[in-house]
Amino acid sequence: MESRRQIGERVRRTEDARLLTGRALFVDDVRLDGMLHVAFLRSQHAHARLTGMDATAARARPGVVAVYTAADLGDYWRPGPLLVPPPPIAGLVFNACTQVPLAKEKLRHVGEPIAMVVAESRYLAEDALDDIVVEAEPLPAVVDLEAALAKGAPRVHEHLPSNVAAHAVQRKGDYARAKQRAHTVIKRRFRYDRGASAAIENRAVAAQWDPRAEELTVWDTTQAPIPIRNGLAQLLGLLESQVRVVAPFVGGGFGPKIMMYYPEEVLVPWAAMKLGRPVKWTEDRQENFFATTQERGQIHDAEITLDQSGKILGVRDVFLHDTGAYDPYGLTVPINSQCTLLGPYEIPNYESEFTAVFTNKTIVTPVRGAGRQHGVFVIERLLDFAAKELGIDRAEIRRRNLLRRDQFPFNNEILFQDSAPLTYDSGDYEPALDQALELIDYHRFVREEQPRLRAAGRHVGIGIVCYVEGTGIGPYEGARVTVEPGGRVRLATGVGTQGQGHFTAFAQIVAEVLGVDVADVHVITGDTREFHWGTGTFASRGAVVAGSACQAAALRVREKILELASQELEASKADLVLAGGSVHVRGDPSAGITLGALAVKANPLRGAVRPGTEPGLEATAYFGPDRGSTASGVHAMLVEVR
Amino acid sequence: MVTVNGARYERTVEPRLLLSDFLRNELGLTGTHVGCEHGVCGACTVLLDGEAVRSCLMFAVQADGHAVTTVEGLTDGGGGPLHPLQAAFHEAHGLQCGFCTPGILMTLVPFLRDHPHPDEREIREALSGNLCRCTGYQNIVAAVRLASDGIPTPDR
Repeated sequence: MESRRQIGERVRRTEDARLLTGRALFVDDVRLDGMLHVAFLRSQHAHARLTGMDATAARARPGVVAVYTAADLGDYWRPGPLLVPPPPIAGLVFNACTQVPLAKEKLRHVGEPIAMVVAESRYLAEDALDDIVVEAEPLPAVVDLEAALAKGAPRVHEHLPSNVAAHAVQRKGDYARAKQRAHTVIKRRFRYDRGASAAIENRAVAAQWDPRAEELTVWDTTQAPIPIRNGLAQLLGLLESQVRVVAPFVGGGFGPKIMMYYPEEVLVPWAAMKLGRPVKWTEDRQENFFATTQERGQIHDAEITLDQSGKILGVRDVFLHDTGAYDPYGLTVPINSQCTLLGPYEIPNYESEFTAVFTNKTIVTPVRGAGRQHGVFVIERLLDFAAKELGIDRAEIRRRNLLRRDQFPFNNEILFQDSAPLTYDSGDYEPALDQALELIDYHRFVREEQPRLRAAGRHVGIGIVCYVEGTGIGPYEGARVTVEPGGRVRLATGVGTQGQGHFTAFAQIVAEVLGVDVADVHVITGDTREFHWGTGTFASRGAVVAGSACQAAALRVREKILELASQELEASKADLVLAGGSVHVRGDPSAGITLGALAVKANPLRGAVRPGTEPGLEATAYFGPDRGSTASGVHAMLVEVR
Repeated sequence: MVTVNGARYERTVEPRLLLSDFLRNELGLTGTHVGCEHGVCGACTVLLDGEAVRSCLMFAVQADGHAVTTVEGLTDGGGGPLHPLQAAFHEAHGLQCGFCTPGILMTLVPFLRDHPHPDEREIREALSGNLCRCTGYQNIVAAVRLASDGIPTPDR
């Protein structure tokens, strides 16, 4: 029997049994002896000067163990890091203002934490919030993006001359010249409103300091446990190896759970060390609406120029981006908007200019698409307007502008959010468009169905959208594959999991390489004790980057298996087959040796491991792509307005 | 005194303690999840005398003398074989992150008891009090159809 194809097969998920029966561990399920609970006092003002605070009564309340304000943090109080430095765009203006653990002097958005109460229960901690006296002088709030840039507008950060967080221009070709020879120029304004991801599991952090082992364990609903570990070690003056961060099952990530570092994320572990007791904080839904990062909020003034046949000559887009009160995520979101606007189309001349604006609102970081959808929305609306104006069918105008399959790799001549040139690795867009049109029966709908419905007084429309999505970005991920003596395979990787099916997808990859059953691959993700090199789960990169690392590690283990089995079975490696958890000589499946037996032989108790080889059937490997992979798709939808 | 998953418990608790917190923190039954604590998301749904209720909208003391069933009760404490509805969710990929799943299961158990062969509209109506942010509900509906009528998910 040859090893079976497993990647891409329909298999049942291996993580489901735990999730369906209530056995899966989520962070709020962590319960430890002597555990204390936290509640945060948060700003009720969008913008205010903090003039005084008195926590005496809260500290005196029975059951309250500690109350911390910014003043109590001493040297530990410092603004968070700039997570993603902006790409080297010529002429770029960027003002980094990152979030603080507890507000000092000024409150910049509703929900910004002011004080932390630690008590014997969450109920008692919340009681004590009412005891804290806060003196704040409200200031005029910066809410509207355009008003924020007006002369004399109140400033979110007073050390800056204005509310400009960033200004960037990226150009390709010569838009002004392209416009001179245009047959049609269409200009429109598009507003994209703010939004929240609202994962059903709110954020949570639990921490325990073990003074005997001198080890800190942190359970965190993060998409990036390894960077959190590294950052906490640095902040707390510990070795990275003294900090273990576990992102167990996480109830939806969607981007905000990769913000670093949330104030709660740096304060809970600090308090656990300071108090010598386990400490836990779980966000409630109201906090989630104010204190978990959000996205969207852009205003685009966009212009498209076309020739008579509907071919795009150029696009110029000037947009404002709401970054909220701080900008720890650099320019990831607006650059995604800027780059993704180009879509699957050949746009020879492009000029895109954006201004990121500080406002007195929740911090903006990547959420579900991370700004890409804004760009898609703008170009697709422009094409709809152009189709109408030029009298060309909407699917047809898209088809005329799609990149052809012989144009890849295609360099868009601007920089992507990962600082690499925006280059599409591969693509073939027209078949996807054809398939979408066929699946929704586009031509018949437009020709027959829609006029009939309209005559009957019904308003039914069809929307069609083509897009590309930059995914699978670096820097790298890693994986370790081990064949256990019992024959089961252990796979550890650094990326955390929030419902993507990693336990199953990664197991499929390893199972196929090693010829074992998916159920026999035991996957561990998101625990820095098991694997501590990597970045996290974001930008649709799990399967591409971590999956490739899993495959690379499995291939190395396969090589070790073949090497050892060729000695044991006295056969050439080329004649060996891995299947059903065993190795056998091709054509003789009865005389095989199990992977478990080989694992035992690879780790002998007597004798010696030959020079140049390693004990055990284990390997670690890494995968780092030069640039992201370009995914693409077409959406079509019928909508009735009643 | 309250019966939870067939076991009797006698505890003295503060009147303000929510049933959800009682189940999770006092009894360690953390399969019941808390998503909003104001009755919107449905993640904390449990059975009270066989009917689906929001455990975040009840005080623990209100359960005095009643029988509560949590998701752990569907599999005899979490270790037994999957309940047919759980098996259908597994088969039809009716969950992704799984955080909302216990509440959805506990909503559907009495629904399917009372409506053994629901149509899609009835299924969606029954699910309307439970929020899921991952799946788009499509495969949850497919799982319910599989559990009720043995209709498998079409291959995608």
